[in-house]
Amino acid sequence: MDLSIALILLQDGIVNAAIYALLALALVLVFTVTRVIYVPIGEFVSFGALTLAALEAGRVPGTVWLLLIFGIAAAAVELWSLRQGGSGRRIVGCLLRNVVGPAIIAATVALLAPAKPGQLVQVLLALAVTAPLSLVLYDTVYRPLANATVLALLIVSVALHFALVGLGLIFFGAEGSRTAALSGASFTIGPVFVTGQSVAILALTAGLIVALYLFFDRTLVGKALRATAVNRLGARLVGISPLFSARLAFGLAGLIGALGGILVSPLTTIYYDTGFLIGLKGFVAAIIGGLVSYPIAAGAAILVGVLESYASFFASELKEVIVFMLIVPILLVRSYGTTVLEDEE
Amino acid sequence: MTARLAPLALAALAAALPLLPGVPAFWVTLGSYVGIAAIVALGIVVLTGVAAVVSFGQAMFVGFGAYTTAILTTRYGWPAFATLPVAIAITGLLAWGIGAITLRLKGHYLPVATIAWNISFFYLTGSLDFFRRFDGISGIPPIDLLGFSFSDPVRFYLLTLAALVIFVAITRNLLDSRVGRSVRALKGGVIAAESFGVDTGRARILAFVYAAILAGVAGWLYAHFQRAINPSPFNITASIDYLLMAVAGGVGQIGGALLGAALVTIVRDKLQDVLPLLVGTQGNYESIVFGFVLILILQFAPEGLWPHLRALTGRRVARAHPAQSAAEPIRAERTDLAARREVLRVEALRKTFGGLVAVNDLGFSVAQGEIVGLIGPNGAGKSTSFNLITGVLPASGGRITVMGQEVGGWPARRIATLGVARTFQHVKLVHGMSVIENVALGSHLLGRAGAIAGSLRLDRAEEAGIFAKARRQLERVGLAEQAETVASELALGQQRLVEIARALCLDPLLLLLDEPAAGLRHAEKEALADLLRRVRADGVSVLLVEHDMDFVMGLTDRLVVMNFGAELAQGRPAEIQANPLVVEAYLGSAA
Repeated sequence: MDLSIALILLQDGIVNAAIYALLALALVLVFTVTRVIYVPIGEFVSFGALTLAALEAGRVPGTVWLLLIFGIAAAAVELWSLRQGGSGRRIVGCLLRNVVGPAIIAATVALLAPAKPGQLVQVLLALAVTAPLSLVLYDTVYRPLANATVLALLIVSVALHFALVGLGLIFFGAEGSRTAALSGASFTIGPVFVTGQSVAILALTAGLIVALYLFFDRTLVGKALRATAVNRLGARLVGISPLFSARLAFGLAGLIGALGGILVSPLTTIYYDTGFLIGLKGFVAAIIGGLVSYPIAAGAAILVGVLESYASFFASELKEVIVFMLIVPILLVRSYGTTVLEDEE
Repeated sequence: MTARLAPLALAALAAALPLLPGVPAFWVTLGSYVGIAAIVALGIVVLTGVAAVVSFGQAMFVGFGAYTTAILTTRYGWPAFATLPVAIAITGLLAWGIGAITLRLKGHYLPVATIAWNISFFYLTGSLDFFRRFDGISGIPPIDLLGFSFSDPVRFYLLTLAALVIFVAITRNLLDSRVGRSVRALKGGVIAAESFGVDTGRARILAFVYAAILAGVAGWLYAHFQRAINPSPFNITASIDYLLMAVAGGVGQIGGALLGAALVTIVRDKLQDVLPLLVGTQGNYESIVFGFVLILILQFAPEGLWPHLRALTGRRVARAHPAQSAAEPIRAERTDLAARREVLRVEALRKTFGGLVAVNDLGFSVAQGEIVGLIGPNGAGKSTSFNLITGVLPASGGRITVMGQEVGGWPARRIATLGVARTFQHVKLVHGMSVIENVALGSHLLGRAGAIAGSLRLDRAEEAGIFAKARRQLERVGLAEQAETVASELALGQQRLVEIARALCLDPLLLLLDEPAAGLRHAEKEALADLLRRVRADGVSVLLVEHDMDFVMGLTDRLVVMNFGAELAQGRPAEIQANPLVVEAYLGSAA
């Protein structure tokens, strides 16, 4: 292996790492606010990419139907919980949010899709369809379980992941898709050939991380989210709605996941079930950050991405083994630090 | 009695299934799959339902067993039965190693780590020649014991059923043993169990290894049933299937595992027939259905279906522990009680939480056969001091000497071996266990029987002794009638008395009681004071935190008063009552 290959691998690794970092941030966000380990984040990667691919082909993407179905399900769940003494306002609000909103998005996409609008519009449409899916999934699946244990929530996440993969197969089919690059530009720096897509991924990831930082550090809503993450009961006592925080976290996670898929899909063919492994690697990074630290998780994502890139060169068959076993020594180091007795749920 | 016979009747019915006229051969095959899955799910009951450890990696352990026998039989010509002990040993050892690395992880880390292990195993078997990659290993011989072949589906079904029945019996025995109680305590009773000498880390590993071995045996059966294996049935999806079975059936009970295994296996088989007809094309429909069914079960019946089924047929009958006379175990160290000596010495004890000094250079001592009260306003640091003395919290500074032995840095379970027993301000009883089982946990250090003796019921003499002792201590606190009640159903005051009975079961030299009289009525308080005087007469020292001043003044020999983490005064009750500093701390200054 010479230097140029090493640099190419490094570049590949860092570009993948950017995606893992995004997913790690979303996972940390959802976990700290709601204690949910959001395993289905990977499906948002797949769905985001496949939605964009469908729009590029001038078809109405399957996520439109998923959004409508889960919107109705979310409305049904909420109306059921309101069956004793729900005020008219809440019922109307519930219907507006879960049924009318998705219907408007669906109608817009159905109208615009055959016309094949420009790339930016397509990307925005793909995000507009995919991200709200996370919201209605929260209302349908997780909200009734808000008081369940972390472990019950984890099992639910895994179950939802499998259901969504199955639905992905139905709505997108078994064949994979690749989308057009966001940027066709390319240039060389020394021995390394750099594509505009790689630069776009890194720039968008960095931009998103900065935006999230500003959001959490400078805005009231962001601070409310952080407060909920630190102490849910305390946040509630000072008037921060846990439901609002949870929805915000899930919505952001859906958005980040879908964006990750849209960014990665020009680089690799995305199938209905590709997201899971991508999500898991984001997850490895999030775990290394202890599910609470954004900077460590982002740093760990770079480690995972680069390690994967080099592993695929030296031992491509054992690539996944190497990446997933990375978790073991790190968890070991983490766990030996703590010996305080605790009663778990 | 019918409830006792029901499992036997069920097993007999299952065994008679192939003999019934008109039963299609396919049912017998399906029955074998149910049996294999039920063995794995049974392990999950112990691991997740009892020990509160969630694993997404059970299919990997099934794979360990399956690959062990596949490689030994096809490559080295071993007979099938000879590979069983090897499969058990390899699965158990690997589980121990994996558990030693991963089980220290708390809460959600552990399940996540098991996902990583399982995915790695899948790719490892799929990409190494040693495991024949994704093609897998074929040509595995059927099980054959001394010329009697189990290649016939009916015979194999009966073999699987026999294995299942044996494992159900072993699991029931194990859970109803000294080791079983320490495993059951993992669910919400870790601190209490550690305070009575239980190594809860070992208990977790034990549950993990046990569940893995069950999975390994299931894998051994599976390999010889399928006669060919590849990595797919041992992937993470299969692990989640097993978890689904246990959770859907009811992860808390053995019956839940069996019900869940049967339901999921049979429903999946039917769905695979029906769904393509309903929806047309081939697809992953059953994973959609199963995913949402699991979500619905967790939303509407988080305990699983088994408890609901049980509710239809009547109350659950737990294994009772009838009163019987037996030689009670005693602590060897009790014999030198005659010498009057210092039992506990605390010097310059300090605990800080960040900038808050909770305990500030506290010092006092307790002599043998003395009742010392530790009093002070709320937040004075009394319970924190208890936690420091018993090793539940590490001290920031100072010296604690118990029986002349400096115990700084010792874990709670090691301090318990010196004869230190305690109760808790916030009652810590194991919720699912009966009162007498909770009390018996106190005698953990007095027993010897291990997991194997427990699962084979070789521990009965020792267990009888432990329960006789537990019953006697329950009588002393006046709760003999409630012995078989589920602990969490008692009133709070009674739960405190159960904790005292549990502490007495350790044969303590030093008894630390944190607000023992809270929640008791007047007559009950008097009975408790009498009991503690008798305990003192036996030579036991008592250190107690209590807010009821009549109770404290009438009972204690000496008092230590704390305020804001520091010692305010020490002395006899009468002196303390007259001490102006104490009066001011409690009532505020008159000025």
